[in-house]
Amino acid sequence: MYLYDDFDRTLVAERVAEFRDQVARRLSGELTEEEFKPLRLMNGVYLQLHAYMLRIAIPYGTLSADQLRMLAHVARRYDRNYGHFTTRQNIQFNWIKLAELPDAMADLARAGLHGMQTSGNCVRNITTDQWAGVAPDEIEDPRIWAELLRQLTTLHPEFSFLPRKFKIAVTAAAHDRAAVRVHDIGLRLHRNGAGEAGFEVIVGGGLGRTPFVGKTIKPFLPKRDLLSYVEAILRVYNQFGRRDNIYKARIKILVHDLGAEAFAKEVEAEWQPIKDGALALDPAVIADVAARFRYPDYAALDDNPPELAKARAGDRRFAHWLDNSVANHKLAGYAIVTLSLKPEGAPPGDATAEQMDAIADLADRYSFGEIRVGHEQNLVLPHVAQRDLPALWRALDKIGVATPNIGLVTDIISCPGLDYCSLANTRSIPVAQELTRRFRDLDLARDLGRLHINISGCINACGHHHVGHIGLLGVEKNGEEYFQVTIGGRADENAELGALLGPAVPYGEVADVVEDVVAAYLELRARPDEIFLETVKRVGVEPFKERVYAAR
Amino acid sequence: MRLVRAGRVVEDRYLRVLDEAPIPDGAPVIIPAARLIADFTDIAGREAATGVLWPNSRKVSELAPYLDRLALVALVFPTFKDGRAYSQARQLRERHGFRGELRATGDVLRDQFLFLVRAGFDAFEVKKDADAAAFAAAIARYSVFYQPAGDGRIAVQRARREHARHALGAAQPETAR
Amino acid sequence: MTSPLQQKLKITGPVVITANRLGDGAVVYRTLDGGWTTRLGEAAVVSTAPAASELLTAATADDIGAVGAYVAPVRLEPDGTVRPGNLREIIRHAGPTIALPASLGL
Repeated sequence: MYLYDDFDRTLVAERVAEFRDQVARRLSGELTEEEFKPLRLMNGVYLQLHAYMLRIAIPYGTLSADQLRMLAHVARRYDRNYGHFTTRQNIQFNWIKLAELPDAMADLARAGLHGMQTSGNCVRNITTDQWAGVAPDEIEDPRIWAELLRQLTTLHPEFSFLPRKFKIAVTAAAHDRAAVRVHDIGLRLHRNGAGEAGFEVIVGGGLGRTPFVGKTIKPFLPKRDLLSYVEAILRVYNQFGRRDNIYKARIKILVHDLGAEAFAKEVEAEWQPIKDGALALDPAVIADVAARFRYPDYAALDDNPPELAKARAGDRRFAHWLDNSVANHKLAGYAIVTLSLKPEGAPPGDATAEQMDAIADLADRYSFGEIRVGHEQNLVLPHVAQRDLPALWRALDKIGVATPNIGLVTDIISCPGLDYCSLANTRSIPVAQELTRRFRDLDLARDLGRLHINISGCINACGHHHVGHIGLLGVEKNGEEYFQVTIGGRADENAELGALLGPAVPYGEVADVVEDVVAAYLELRARPDEIFLETVKRVGVEPFKERVYAAR
Repeated sequence: MRLVRAGRVVEDRYLRVLDEAPIPDGAPVIIPAARLIADFTDIAGREAATGVLWPNSRKVSELAPYLDRLALVALVFPTFKDGRAYSQARQLRERHGFRGELRATGDVLRDQFLFLVRAGFDAFEVKKDADAAAFAAAIARYSVFYQPAGDGRIAVQRARREHARHALGAAQPETAR
Repeated sequence: MTSPLQQKLKITGPVVITANRLGDGAVVYRTLDGGWTTRLGEAAVVSTAPAASELLTAATADDIGAVGAYVAPVRLEPDGTVRPGNLREIIRHAGPTIALPASLGL
């Protein structure tokens, strides 16, 4: 948990005061909508179909129990009793009134929460692995670097009016759970041949209208140089990114147009004069930020305590949950627990205020007061003692967040779609809900194995459909809702964009099509433990296309 | 439009000479980039102050050779959303050491004042009178700054260490970097 | 549905001007007397590009009342009732097509 000090709190309070003034000037007409819009966006305030939407940053996906309680309070006091967790580790409230926003932000600020830079043409929430700090395969905690970058990029005077939004992700594990290769800047902390830790810097990844996997422009950047190098990249982008066409304004277009090598040269030219300046990170500064991350006072426990083995043997449902939703912790005797926000029939990633309060209490009791938000729109309790798992499971089950479908076919990632979003072509949530009903049989879901379905209601790809094992993209044809289906995408260290399966299918048939794709997989897989993604890789798209479109 | 310098509305003593008109002797002028470069040998000999209006689409490195003859550089915000001039300003101040007047022109609004000041601007052609009057209040909005820029405001990392030093009471030697 | 925020003004049937109320973002429709209403039945309905353009211009200028004004199609029932003219407008008018997350009664 990163602990805010007076400086951090003062900054947020000053931001709230500034926004309160800006809202007043807007409501009085002193500011036009054109002048106000970028200002409200920089505080995470969108205008959607039915209402304003407030997007709150959850820096690197880490929340304290008190912060989760504050989110529940905001949901109750200012919204309609629920919130939506997003694919960038943020939370969204869909019904907030502009006039009440300054008060809501003041409440959030008391808990160290804010919406700064969750929208607008600036650097957005810096995301990382939801298992940061507890994953067995990480070399060190990536959140320290995410926090250093957060401070560099918050209210940065030079980079608050970039050509377009800018997203950075950091990973420090062998398995990339932060999708760094599809971000504007992806940072992979790793060890070089000499055993030193440093960053692979990847630039120009992104989804949306023109998806790209990012290019490595610096295979190994020493930690000391992280901030100055990122500043150099931003400076090149700020100056040379396109401003004439919003669909060509992301850094991925600049990198693609210049070529990775030429782009890297521009960055070097900006970087050399500043690399030894005020942004060079000395060990004292790194240590100060690291010291603000408090880690739990873990007990010395054994793996697989007897009460766990007994509970597993005694209850099949508990055993299934254990096998599905509980992952290994780097420390013996502990576990990482994922809470599914994808129960049958529910909008993916939503939690009620009630659930948030209950989860906060459980976090206090079983997870040293800490919760994580994953980009798959689930929550995580990262520090659970294995001996507490049976009791925790019973409590999670009662509040509806223990569906053992993590990583399975019904663990669907979906944008809000046309039910909420003014950019959408199609609805997405009802499709996700229908799919959770079609695949409700958990035995089937377990048999299918790891299968990520991603749904985006438009080309902006907030559902990350390009990197779904099965991706659904909402398009409009003759005023009707249709979906393009892609298969074989992945977001990890071997990131790849999905391939188009065939002609777009109508809304009313898309769930049938997904069932047919899954049926094709069952027919084509070489062995039960060959997952969908591997089958697609092995046989290609054609066999799937034949089977799915045979009768269409 | 009001010119703000040193936190107050002031008279603009510079004449804009943006066309082919002859440049008056003895008067401070602002001329376009192309003219500065084309007529530089004449302009370099001027006694009165010379300023240039530099477009946000041209690299500041092209302006660098002329800087020590310039008293003023005016940079442009065609719309306040176009942030290129922030980078130009920082490069002029921090890389090229420009000490003259650095003026923000174009769509210059109140909610960007502090960013502009932090980027190195010290003069502002402010679009709205009400904004000009509110300049001092606008730049006092924040007391905490996370990152160092060229403006000398102490970034939070250093502020924390100094705060910690004070809290410890006795003056302690600055840790060598 | 393609965002109408990018549309050119091409009127092929009855339309209204719609926007979101400044204070709370609620869906509103422009009335003939230059105001805004949440009730579609009270909206000014026009059928020509010049009429729509005039309404839209006035609506856009009134950004204290509402923001993001644009032209939206409507359907006229035989009895004169005005209904939203496409799925996006149906959803804006009636709300999300899904049930909002409800209390578990914990």
